[in-house]
Amino acid sequence: MKLAIIDSGGANIASVQHALQRLGATATFTADRQVIASADRVILPGVGAAGAAMDHLQQQSLLSCIRGLQQPVLGICLGMQLLFESSAENDVDCLGIIPGRLQHFTAAPGLRVPHMGWNHTHQEQADPLMKGLEQDAWFYFVHSYFAPLGPHTLASASHGELFSAVVRKDNFWGAHFHPERSARAGARLLENFLELS
Amino acid sequence: MNGAGTTGVARRIIPCLDVRDGQVVKGVQFRNHRVMGEIVELAQRYSEAGADELVFYDITASPEGRAVDHSWVARVAEVIDIPFCVAGGIRSVPEARRILQSGADKISVNTPAVRDPDLVNRLADAFGAQCVVVGIDSIVSDGVWSTRQMTGDPDAMSATGRETLAWIEEVQARGAGEIVLNCMSSDGTRDGYDLEQLQAARRVSEVPLIASGGAGTAQHFRDVFEQADVDGALAATVFHSGALPIDKLKESLAAAGIGVRPC
Repeated sequence: MKLAIIDSGGANIASVQHALQRLGATATFTADRQVIASADRVILPGVGAAGAAMDHLQQQSLLSCIRGLQQPVLGICLGMQLLFESSAENDVDCLGIIPGRLQHFTAAPGLRVPHMGWNHTHQEQADPLMKGLEQDAWFYFVHSYFAPLGPHTLASASHGELFSAVVRKDNFWGAHFHPERSARAGARLLENFLELS
Repeated sequence: MNGAGTTGVARRIIPCLDVRDGQVVKGVQFRNHRVMGEIVELAQRYSEAGADELVFYDITASPEGRAVDHSWVARVAEVIDIPFCVAGGIRSVPEARRILQSGADKISVNTPAVRDPDLVNRLADAFGAQCVVVGIDSIVSDGVWSTRQMTGDPDAMSATGRETLAWIEEVQARGAGEIVLNCMSSDGTRDGYDLEQLQAARRVSEVPLIASGGAGTAQHFRDVFEQADVDGALAATVFHSGALPIDKLKESLAAAGIGVRPC
């Protein structure tokens, strides 16, 4: 299986590659449109700010390439956010694959921002990506902007607001948490992604 | 499922591994010390035991004028599947970048931030606040909490001239995404966390606050979560000695109604 990780400009993708290696998969880290388009699976990672990541993808001429992918695609953390229409972070237009706009969490007593740590999720819809996961599986989150709930929400989580933890539209999946840092539940989700038919 | 206005986020249990010259030191009783392999082995053991996060702290880095030897960071990142933070002697954005690129999730700065507070701004600008932890060593001096630097070396340790609560506010304004407050008067005592100081720190911390120093029993963890509302509790000896298994600790906290991630 050919597995491509898109170079979205973030500093830390080593942990995603290591997680895939632990599952026996080897991924190519690339900004090459041909390599991405011909891969069996594509991962869009991301750490940093939405504006910088969209600038980076645009400079690499990757926007239409990503929008046109037909194989299973998994956005992780910021990569998931980029699948949406826009983000309040830098007031930037994103890929527009999933309807909705990312909003900033509001800090309050007992609600720290960034939302950083382990949180449990609630499955809203059955999906092959969530196969074998417990109904309230725990994952590791690090983010300050959240994706709203919608018909594309597969799992939700709560941090002041209910928000989308896992989303899907057609062949595009997104995880707001870091499966590569989410112990056994995260490994299972990545394994499910590799096994999607 | 929790509704609006609440959070489902868990309180974190964080073992801290002190590293010197590439080896875990300080009374670890799992095995006899072995060079290099031991860091990875202990990291994996804690990860599988249900730790929520790990901190690796190079206790000699700042006093000797070195940066963290990060050759082991990549090996840790390969084997563990929970987040981890690297602390000790990180003085620059390039040093931090090497550690993050090796697979660490966060870097923590303590003495270098005291000497060069703008370092916190530069790190936050480069990597985002979520990667930047500021560690603070604090002790009562003339009736106020004040910070200490170079605490890894008793001969080099000194006052910084900064009051703890003001320093917490300053580093947050500079972009710190998390605070680890090590209360030195309780560190190593196993008599419990310094609840009074942590309560005061909580009032001025909008970002996650991690308690450090004094853990000896499950009750101490319960007290610090219930009374000081900290986001995580860090400990070393109580875990390394095997005195308090993480699964038993979490069962006890869950039974007390504290939100923790099951092992």
